[in-house]
Amino acid sequence: MTLNIEQIRKDFPILERETKLGTRVVYLDSTATSQKPLAVIEAMNAFYRCSNANIHRGVHTLAEEATAMYEGARERIAKFINAASPRQVIYTRNTTESINLVAYSWARANLKAGDLVILTEMEHHSNLVPWHMLQAERGIELEFIPVTEDGLLDLDMYRTLLTRGPKLVSFTHMSNVLGTINPAAEIIRLAHEAGAVTLVDAAQSVPHLPVDVQALDADFLAFSAHKMCGPTGIGALYGKAELLEAMPPFLGGGDMIREVKLRSFRPNSLPHKFEAGTPAIAEAVGFGVAVGYLSQLGMDAVAAHEREITEYALERLEEIPGVKVFGPSADRKGGVAAFTLAGVHPHDVAQILDQDGIAIRAGHHCAQPLHEKFNISATSRASFYIYSTTDEVDLLVNGIYKVKEMFG
Amino acid sequence: MDDLYREVIIEHYKNPSYRGKLDPHDISFADNNPLCGDHIQVDLRVGEDGVVSEARFDGHGCAISQASADLLMESIIGKPIEEVKQLNKQDVLDLLGIDLGPVRLKCALLSLKVLKAGVYGLGEASDSLVE
Ligand SMILES: Cc1ncc(COP(=O)(O)O)c(C=O)c1O
Repeated sequence: MTLNIEQIRKDFPILERETKLGTRVVYLDSTATSQKPLAVIEAMNAFYRCSNANIHRGVHTLAEEATAMYEGARERIAKFINAASPRQVIYTRNTTESINLVAYSWARANLKAGDLVILTEMEHHSNLVPWHMLQAERGIELEFIPVTEDGLLDLDMYRTLLTRGPKLVSFTHMSNVLGTINPAAEIIRLAHEAGAVTLVDAAQSVPHLPVDVQALDADFLAFSAHKMCGPTGIGALYGKAELLEAMPPFLGGGDMIREVKLRSFRPNSLPHKFEAGTPAIAEAVGFGVAVGYLSQLGMDAVAAHEREITEYALERLEEIPGVKVFGPSADRKGGVAAFTLAGVHPHDVAQILDQDGIAIRAGHHCAQPLHEKFNISATSRASFYIYSTTDEVDLLVNGIYKVKEMFG
Repeated sequence: MDDLYREVIIEHYKNPSYRGKLDPHDISFADNNPLCGDHIQVDLRVGEDGVVSEARFDGHGCAISQASADLLMESIIGKPIEEVKQLNKQDVLDLLGIDLGPVRLKCALLSLKVLKAGVYGLGEASDSLVE
């Protein structure tokens, strides 16, 4: 099945927005955050208009309805990633908070000085800094799977690192800069053989590829709604039930308790144990509608569209003299093209494109160590999603030629 | 095209007159813009009379940050160091002759921040130096 892009574009009101020039905005920054379909915007609006109440706390109709919507969304999200049970899907604010939840709760209960955590050189800061913090606090050790020149993980080096008996392997499923889709199932299988627990940063994979947590055998998997047609302010952590059951709570407060005495408490059962305080309820509802929207398109079709447009984009970008695209070939990457243009700083590229209504991102994309590895301080990054078209790629390419002319 | 990329700016970016290092120097300081990794080093020679006799910048970054560094070096040579200490955001914007949004303003002000941290002998270049 192929996507009907023209039809899909009609679902996204923002794509109608006019630029200063009277043209339609060309949004090529979905890796930072995706745009939202009307269905999501309206579901959140309708929640506030018709069903708003706090959850798990009232017996009145509105509270019942809000709770059912909040939990119904969880069920849909669980199904979307093929979790065995919705109890294993914990709402968080975003991928960053999901990773921090594992670092604070699981890791602080299970890691001690000298224990090894394996990360990779292509991590987003959100899968680096929580471990730096734990290293400073606990004296854990960190090692990194190297990235090869063509933007792939060096799995031979990974095997060597595994002989040192790591306790945790935490890695990105898809790089937000190189676009590399890492062989997650194999990385996890090897980690398990070495006795390590695994955490998958799926911020870029769940929005763009079919992800099945049981097929991957992932222990933990983190993602954000806002990169997959959903609202900001909500994300999820998937975890294996036995791990989540054994973990101490993360934040303390209302909702996460079964019983509170003046001097003690008993934590609630999953998933509520990890959801202290009033959560982002309307956002959860929007998240549920977002996964419904993507399911309806079919994630295989989503991935196929992105593959096609990425192939086209790489081909067009690489024909521009002075442009260097980072990362592997289109068959091994998602819809991301990070590039440099000789003699022009990425900020200037992005700013000049913006004057033509083309939105790309410039900078280190929260992956400073990866940029250092390639001896650059920044790249320009165009990224694609379900509503991206080859016409937009052509506009991008024309824009880059214009930049070249200005800096001639 | 927008005057953000006025020819002067592109000219100073492509053919800077004050790029380089000074050895020996009286003052040297370097810092990054954490947002984009732009890097600027400023070296100064200051005479007995307290007047800047030589100024150079080095580093890498966008056209705005590099052009503003070049213009800034040009403008401080021959100025008493006490006057350099008083330079502010508006002085740099006047040199560039453009208006900037909050993100690009940081690029434009990086060299001034580095310069002032250097002349004040501070450990780090804080944003408060250029407000
Ligand atoms: C690979 C990757 N990991 C983690 C994150 C962090 O996501 P969030 O900012 O939603 O927590 C991002 C998003 O920028 C990402 O691309």
